Amino acid sequence: MKRWFFLLVAALGLALSQQPAPLKIGVVVSATGPAASLGIPEKNTFLLLEEEANKRGVAGRRVQFIILDDASDTTQAVRSTRKLIQEDGVLAIIGTTTTPASLGMIDVVAEAKVPMISLAASKSIIAPVDAKRSWVFKTPQTEELMARAIIADMKERGVKSVAYIGFNDAYGEGWWTFFSQEAKEGGLNVVASERYARTDTSVTGQILKIIAARPDAVLIGASGTPAVLPQRTLNERGYKGLIYQTHGVANPDFLRVGGKDVEGTLLPAGPILVAEQLPSGFPSKRPALDYITRYETKFGIGSYSTFGAHAYDAWLILRPALERALKNANPDNLTAFRAALRDELEATKNVVASHGVFNYSKDDHLGLRFQDTAVMVQVQNGRWKLVRTFR
Amino acid sequence: MDWTIFSFLLADGLQNGTIYALLALCLVLVFAVTRVILVPLGELLMFAPLSYALLLQGQFPGTAWLSASMLVAWALLDRSRLRLALALLLLAGGLLGLAYWGSHGAPGWVAWLLAVLVVLPMGPATYRLFFEPLPRGTVLVYLILAVGLHFVYQGLGLVFFGPEQYRPPPLLSGEANLGSLPLPRQVFVVYAFALLAMLGLYLFFTRSLYGKALRACAVNRLGARISGINPSEAGRVAFLLATAIAAVSGMLIAPLVNAAYFMGFLLGLKGFVAGILGGLISYPMAVGGALVVGLLESYSSFVASAYKEAIVFALLLPVLFWRSLRTLELGGEEE
Repeated sequence: MKRWFFLLVAALGLALSQQPAPLKIGVVVSATGPAASLGIPEKNTFLLLEEEANKRGVAGRRVQFIILDDASDTTQAVRSTRKLIQEDGVLAIIGTTTTPASLGMIDVVAEAKVPMISLAASKSIIAPVDAKRSWVFKTPQTEELMARAIIADMKERGVKSVAYIGFNDAYGEGWWTFFSQEAKEGGLNVVASERYARTDTSVTGQILKIIAARPDAVLIGASGTPAVLPQRTLNERGYKGLIYQTHGVANPDFLRVGGKDVEGTLLPAGPILVAEQLPSGFPSKRPALDYITRYETKFGIGSYSTFGAHAYDAWLILRPALERALKNANPDNLTAFRAALRDELEATKNVVASHGVFNYSKDDHLGLRFQDTAVMVQVQNGRWKLVRTFR
Repeated sequence: MDWTIFSFLLADGLQNGTIYALLALCLVLVFAVTRVILVPLGELLMFAPLSYALLLQGQFPGTAWLSASMLVAWALLDRSRLRLALALLLLAGGLLGLAYWGSHGAPGWVAWLLAVLVVLPMGPATYRLFFEPLPRGTVLVYLILAVGLHFVYQGLGLVFFGPEQYRPPPLLSGEANLGSLPLPRQVFVVYAFALLAMLGLYLFFTRSLYGKALRACAVNRLGARISGINPSEAGRVAFLLATAIAAVSGMLIAPLVNAAYFMGFLLGLKGFVAGILGGLISYPMAVGGALVVGLLESYSSFVASAYKEAIVFALLLPVLFWRSLRTLELGGEEE
C-alpha cells in the first residue's frame, strides 16, 4: 500500500515536471501613489489577461505575469525591473505607467538586453531609437501624434490664432514643444504661451494675458483634474472661443470635478474612449469593444479606462511576437530568446489594437498613425461624444 | 496692462493673500506659544474639505479613523488621568458614530460641520502625541518632526482621498458684480471669516484669561510655568485654535480652488513665507506679508507665469537677510 502511494507520487511528480515551465513576463505598474488611477486598471488588465491567456496558452505553454508595483516612484520601478530580470528571469518587461520611471528603466533593460514595452506617453521613451532604445517599445500615443490631431481639427474649424497654457513640468513642456512645432507647420499663429503648477489655486494672471491676446482657440496642456482650473477661469472671465484639452484628461474624474465648466471641451483621445460611437469601419472598434466587454465582465460595468487598454494593446503586440519567437528560439536559453523576441517585436505589422494599428519598424517603436489612433471627442452633457475621426 | 486687468489681478491677489493670511496667523500663533513651525498645517486645512466631499458622496472618510485612533493613543498615554482618558475614548467613539451618520444621509450642513469636527481633534492630538513628549526640544528638532508629520499626513491624504481633486459645493453660489468686476459670492464668506478670525484672536489674546496665559507662554515659558500656567495645555489650546482656523478656511476656500491631497503644502509654504515677513511673531505683519505674497503672485503670474513660484520664494531671501542682520544679538534658545 505504502509502495503504491510512493509510486503514485513519483509518477505525478514526473508528469508535472514534464510540463514546460511557464513563460514569465515581468510587469511593472503604478498600482499605488499619485499615478494609481492609471496603474490600477493596467494591473487589473493583466490579471484578466493571465486568466484568459492560460485558457489556450501561448503556443501551448502557460503564461505567468509577475506584477510588481512601483508606487509611482522611479527608484522603485528601476529596482523592480532589476528584480524581475535577475531573480525571476522574465522574457520581457511591460511597464511602467509613468514617463520618468519608464525612462529610468531603459538603462536597466538595455544593459540586460531584455525587450520592454512601456505604458507611458512621452515620445522620449522610444525616440530616437539608439542602441539602448532599440530594446524599448511603447503603446500609448505620443504628444506629437495628438498635437497633430488637434492642429488638423483646428484647421478644419477655421482657427487662425491659438494660445497655450500648460503645466510647468515635463508634461506641459512636452506638449508645448510638439504643439508649437505642429502649429507652425500648420500655418497657425501662436499668440500666447503660459505655464501653471498642478498645485496652483489660481491662474487668473495667465488667463487674463491669454484673453488679451484674443486667440480663436486655447489648448490646455494639463492632465487629470488640475486641468479644470484654467478652463473654469477662462469661462469666468468670459472667453468665448474654442477650448481644447489633451488626452491626459480622458478620465471620469475630469468630468466630475469640471461639471458645467468643461461642457464643449474638445480633445483628442484614443478611439476606445468612445468605442461604441465609432463608425463600423474603424479598425480599433472591434478590439476596443472586445476589451471593454471582457474588462467589465470581470470588474463591473463602467469600470474600464483608456489607460488599462494600453496594457491590453501591449499584450496584443507581445503575444504574436512570443508565438513567432517560440518557433525559432528556446526560452530556456534566456539571452538568445530575449534577443529573438526583440527582433520579432520590431517586426510587428498591422496589429489592430484598441488604441490604433501598430506597425513597428527599425526607427519607429511606436508605429501609430494619428489617423488611426486619435479621434476628436467633445464633452456634451457630461459625456464624451465622438465628433470626428481623421480617416 | 490696462485698468480692467489690473483690477482683476488685484482681486485675485487679495483672495489668495487672504488665504495665506489665515494660514500665516495659525503659524504665528502656534510658533509663538510652542516654538513649533507647524508644517503640516496645510494638510489639516486639506483634510476638512476632502472629508466633506466624501461624506457628501456617502463614503466614510478615512480622516475619522485617523482622528479617532489619535484620540485613543492620547487616552493610552494619559491613562493615569482616568477621567481625561475616558473622555477622550468617548470622544473617539462619538466621532466615529457621527461620521457614520454623516455618510449615511445626514443633511448637507450637518456634513459640513462634521467635516470640521472630524479634523479638530487632530490638532491637539498631534501636539500631545508628537511634540509634548519632547518638552525641551529645540526649534530645529520640532521643525524636523513637523516636516516628517507633513509627509505622513500627505501620504494618508492620498490613501484616504485618492489622487484626484474634489470640488465641494460653496456656501453662497453665484457671482456678485463689484463695478465691472465679477466676484464669486463665496469670496466674501472667506473675507468675512478672515476678519472674524483676526478680530476673534485679538479679543482672545487681550480679553480672555486663556489668551493672556497663552501670551505669557509665548513671552517666557519658564516664567509662565512659575506663575501656574501649564505650557503643555497652552500648546494644546494653540494647536486647537490653529486647527480650527485652518479647517474652516479649508472648507471655505475649497469651492473656489478645488481641493486635493497635494494642495496643503504649497498653501502652507506661502503662509510660512508670509509669516516670515512678519518674523513669525507679529500677527499684523504676517497678515500684511500674506497680502504682499498674494499680490506678488498674482501680478507675476501675469507677467512671467513660468517663474511665478521662483519670484514668490525669492522674496524670502532679502527678508531673511534683513531679519538676520537685525536679530544678530538673539543667538541661543531660551530655557
